Amino acid sequence: MSTIAIHNQAASHHDDHAHAHHKETFLTKYVFSQDHKMIAKQFLITGIIMGVIAMGISILFRIQLAYPDESFPLLEVLLGKFAPEGRLDSNFYLSLVTIHGTIMVFFVLTAGLSGTFSNLLIPLQLGARDMASPFMNMLSYWFFFIASVIMLSTFFIETQPAGAGWTIYPPLSALPQAMPGSGLGMTMWLISMVLFVASSLMGGINYVSTVLNMRTKGMDLWKMPLTIWAFFLTAIVGILSFPVLVAAVVLLIFDRSFGTSFYLSDIVIQGQVLPNEGGSPVLWQHLFWFLGHPEVYIVLMPALGITSEVIATNSRKPIFGYHAMVYSLIGITVLSFIVWGHHMFVTGMNPFLGGVFMITTLIIAVPSAVKTFNYLATLWRGNIRFTPAMLFAIGLVSFFISGGLTGIFLGNAALDINLHDTYFVVAHFHLVMGSAAIFGMLSGIYHWFPKMFGRMMNAKLGYLHFWLTFISAYLVFFPMHFMGLDGVPRRYYAFTEFESMAEWLSVNKFITWAAILGAVAQVAFLYNFFYSIFFGKKATQNPWESTTLEWTTPVEHLHGNWPGEIPTVYRWPYDYSKPGHETDFIMQTTPHSQTMSSNLAHDFEGNEEAERIQGQWDTEHKNINNTEEVK
Amino acid sequence: MDIKKYFKPKLLLSFLMILGLSLQQATAQVAGAAVVVDKNEGLGKMVGYYLLLFLLACVFIGIIGKVLQVYELTRKIQGKKEGISWDKVNGIIFVIALIAGLYGSYWSYTVQGAQILPDAASEHGEKIDSMFNITLIITTIVFVITHILLFVFAYKYKHSTKKKAYYLAHNNTLEKYWTVIPAIALTILVLMGFFTWRGITNISKGDMQSAIQVDVTAHQFAWDVRYGGKDNQNGKKNYKLIGSLNGLNNLGLDLADSKNYDDLKVTEIVLPVNKSVRFTLGSQDVLHSFYMPHFRVQMNCVPGMATYFQFTPKITTAEMREKTNDPKFSYQLYCAKICGGSHYNMKFAVRVVSEKEYAAWLKEQKPIVTEEMKKEYQVAMKQDIKSENNKIALNN
Repeated sequence: MSTIAIHNQAASHHDDHAHAHHKETFLTKYVFSQDHKMIAKQFLITGIIMGVIAMGISILFRIQLAYPDESFPLLEVLLGKFAPEGRLDSNFYLSLVTIHGTIMVFFVLTAGLSGTFSNLLIPLQLGARDMASPFMNMLSYWFFFIASVIMLSTFFIETQPAGAGWTIYPPLSALPQAMPGSGLGMTMWLISMVLFVASSLMGGINYVSTVLNMRTKGMDLWKMPLTIWAFFLTAIVGILSFPVLVAAVVLLIFDRSFGTSFYLSDIVIQGQVLPNEGGSPVLWQHLFWFLGHPEVYIVLMPALGITSEVIATNSRKPIFGYHAMVYSLIGITVLSFIVWGHHMFVTGMNPFLGGVFMITTLIIAVPSAVKTFNYLATLWRGNIRFTPAMLFAIGLVSFFISGGLTGIFLGNAALDINLHDTYFVVAHFHLVMGSAAIFGMLSGIYHWFPKMFGRMMNAKLGYLHFWLTFISAYLVFFPMHFMGLDGVPRRYYAFTEFESMAEWLSVNKFITWAAILGAVAQVAFLYNFFYSIFFGKKATQNPWESTTLEWTTPVEHLHGNWPGEIPTVYRWPYDYSKPGHETDFIMQTTPHSQTMSSNLAHDFEGNEEAERIQGQWDTEHKNINNTEEVK
Repeated sequence: MDIKKYFKPKLLLSFLMILGLSLQQATAQVAGAAVVVDKNEGLGKMVGYYLLLFLLACVFIGIIGKVLQVYELTRKIQGKKEGISWDKVNGIIFVIALIAGLYGSYWSYTVQGAQILPDAASEHGEKIDSMFNITLIITTIVFVITHILLFVFAYKYKHSTKKKAYYLAHNNTLEKYWTVIPAIALTILVLMGFFTWRGITNISKGDMQSAIQVDVTAHQFAWDVRYGGKDNQNGKKNYKLIGSLNGLNNLGLDLADSKNYDDLKVTEIVLPVNKSVRFTLGSQDVLHSFYMPHFRVQMNCVPGMATYFQFTPKITTAEMREKTNDPKFSYQLYCAKICGGSHYNMKFAVRVVSEKEYAAWLKEQKPIVTEEMKKEYQVAMKQDIKSENNKIALNN
């Protein structure tokens, strides 16, 4: 029924087209746009800017770790009283760490990644004119924008930005006396996050309803590209988990401002006995990680979806085990809700519960392993074109393996006793969630840049960008595992106070320089990105010879995506290098009647009439081999 | 590919100058006070120098890009199919990256791996270590094999116009194998982990009571430690009593509880070797984490809730010094949960000694309830009684 509705809408839309163009002003086209492609670009560019800021922040605190005893007058020039005598203040160091984490996890890898590619690709790959609710989509961006502004403005207040770590565990985050970063900065952090969650929810609801209701004719769920599956499931995870964070945040606001005791009990701070009794800091951790762990998959799944698409396209091979890939995504989606306790093995949670969470956690490794092996099998005997997007996709697989494997250590409650809150954790999540997700995002940017801006990015700069980033990421995070195994706790301002950590000072210097290399390498990307928007080589309609629907739209954007009728879909999105066909890809819009020489028995999904026609054709053309099921 | 447009030397120079100028202005503004001027002098120059260096690198890369472009164009003009096959180049870099990466990992495992914690100094720690080693072996094998496959595939199946990829959509047998094999491996790890974990955390009542009782209170940014004393029981605390007795009662000891009077206040944690010890952990303000990596011990300190960790140290400090060949070796206690500005500096000494030394050390320790506190307490009690009498009188 929904398809009919869309087609009616589409027809009328097409008629209006000439008029619609005239009405567009700068404000409606670029600022308060309701067009999903423009909103995607807004998310992307905001995300990139936030990413650059968060990366800059990481370089600041890396400098502190590498040279804890040296003074950098420049820092005082830039940061004023937050870096007295050219050395970062230890409280400000924690603020930097906090804001780095918050921006990267939420603003870059959730909004910047999901926001960009869900918005861009869901309508384009499903054959819809726009999102289910374009207005809500616009609101989603502007809530995100306001959240970003509030988050960044905390750098300009008298006290410091939020400083209790990105997980803002109370009581530290609840008591302004505990650290400067728990004052106004924390209040603004909480407000910013509430707005952010609102943005996320509006986006998520839109994504889900678009995927369920607005697919074009022929696009049944099992013909959707894996990107869409990933965005769809990500949105579901987000809708179910983000509200819990709001609940937690609201309770924290009550504790901070209205004297309630949800998280506070038996506290004496700076000689002052607080009246709060009966609350529990562990409650916050349960609520936070009920979002926090699914959040990891909110960050990772879109990256995996993008990678699936990019790897299949550039290997010129169907993704291996399409159904298995979807089922493992579903498995990850479901399991992601019952593993949060593995962040809390040693927080005072009942140890028996810890045992249970360990079991669920290690189960989630199975679908992840399946995905990895499927990627490898897709590469096997492919015809791999190393576009920059493909390089980043391969990089993602590498990080996903490395970071995933260290997760097996941390998911084990017994091993976690000694690894919890050490650099091993830092190394683990920066590889599996940080680097892998950012590589998925970069891969998507390089791949769909022609779709977004109608121009190509420079491939050679892309290669340079990839190799420098890939190498520097490993140089930064690999040694951190060993620091963790030496029991070095994370969020330490300096390694100078304990003699046992002195041996890591030189390693810290090395890591910092590797991080600077990685940061400088991003200049190649930023230059390439912004330069190519205006001056890049003009893109053709289907530059990567891909099969999916977005490449059937004209290069020049238009509201409503397709000038005429929305194309109908006849086949799955991964018909690459099908034997018997002259080119090495068949568009989803090509009916089987036009590819008689390459059709396989299972293409017809048990449609006897179609099988009969194919059989007739085969006997006429003596094309017997192809009727066999491919094994 | 119009890089040329961008590389206008004049434009670059003027851009640089503007940057340098504005920076110098900024420094001058901040360095308003005469004293600071010296410190920040030359800062703009230094920044300008690094910027110039960076731009130089950019120009260099731009030139290389240009050269490559010219080379490819000439090849095209000469009618040869393609200039540089970037698929080949990237494929080769993947092989180099694989070899360098595997060597780098090996180097890291051996050199940095030698810097990690020595063997566990506790009974349960040995189990954790053996679990760790098994996990490490399995994961390293998977890590190496998958990376060899990934990078070799990338090299071997790099693009060629002559060939066509092998159409392979799925293979249920393979799929089953790589679902079931990881599942089995993980089941083994889970079971081992589960029983190790239960062994560490699930301790019988009898073992709990016979262990040496140590009570640790964390606060910003230090630890307070007391031993159970003769009765091997720590007396009650109440956070509302913190700072009472004229500020002497910094732990909030409840002096009505007689168990408090024999508790010992210590300035370092000294443990007898091969004796089970039970730590009761708490916090006065924010979360802290009681982390002693050499014993593979960690547990958060939570305000309003007691947490516990029980373990048996197996190696004395002296033995460890011999073992690690480090005469300065000492056990460490870190705070592992972010707790504020001096989170990185919450020191407390830890020592494991023979039972004899322990007994001698214990004798020297002073009770936590000092004579002064007792006096203050008596005074307070008298006042209390008076005020209570008053109250009763008033109520009547």
